[in-house]
Amino acid sequence: MTDTKKSAPAGGRQKLITGPGILLLWLYGVMVVGAVSRSAVQISTDFDKAPLAYSLSALAGLVYGFITYSLVRGGDTARKAALVCCAAELVGVLAVGTWTLAEPSAFPDATVWSDFGMGYLFIPVILPVTAIFWLVRARRTGR
Amino acid sequence: MLVALTIATAVAALALAAWCGFAAYRDQPTKDWHFIGMGVVTLLALVQLVVGIVQLARGEDPEQGTTIFVAYLLGSFACVPVAGFMSLAERTRWGSLTVAAGGVVLAVLQVRLYDIWGG
Repeated sequence: MTDTKKSAPAGGRQKLITGPGILLLWLYGVMVVGAVSRSAVQISTDFDKAPLAYSLSALAGLVYGFITYSLVRGGDTARKAALVCCAAELVGVLAVGTWTLAEPSAFPDATVWSDFGMGYLFIPVILPVTAIFWLVRARRTGR
Repeated sequence: MLVALTIATAVAALALAAWCGFAAYRDQPTKDWHFIGMGVVTLLALVQLVVGIVQLARGEDPEQGTTIFVAYLLGSFACVPVAGFMSLAERTRWGSLTVAAGGVVLAVLQVRLYDIWGG
């Protein structure tokens, strides 16, 4: 572990996983494991049953993975990249959530983002909002 | 046997979540006692993992498939220790809250395990 302190000294990367950030990191980590392992099992066993749903789960897993990596890495570039991904994630959750409610027939099986992430205690919809707040705040206090 | 363990682990996980949540509420980091608590919960999850594998070896089949069952068993086992390590890196209330979240996640995993095994 590199020793970069909370208010990053010159040259050091700004840390994104101090304070509330550690909780975000944990929840994102859980979502990575959940989405990636779920889509891996589903795609390898019966992809034909619901190709759209399973592909979306895999995509969600990738987005979560990237955000998790950005949080661990820290620094301003990673923060911005994570911010973009969180926005994409939020759009994804809202779009897929609405889509699953409007046209259930397109989704014979659930995705991580079905019904706004209800199967995951709504964490998929709460998380990006919280993360965006955190990342925007990190810019204000970090520099 | 497995069902009893599942319930015990879920209850222990929720208790751990409440305990660490209380520590976070009082603005405290996780302390030695919390880590002993995490150890107990992890031990339960480990026993569950072993019992689950033994049941599989004896030819019993989980209702929703062996792969998913084993994946959830491994996930439950890893859940609390990982949160515990993260609370070591973050010695504030937020570390405690992370462990509390870990307890809640474990309880949810137990509910899913119960479904996967088939009651």
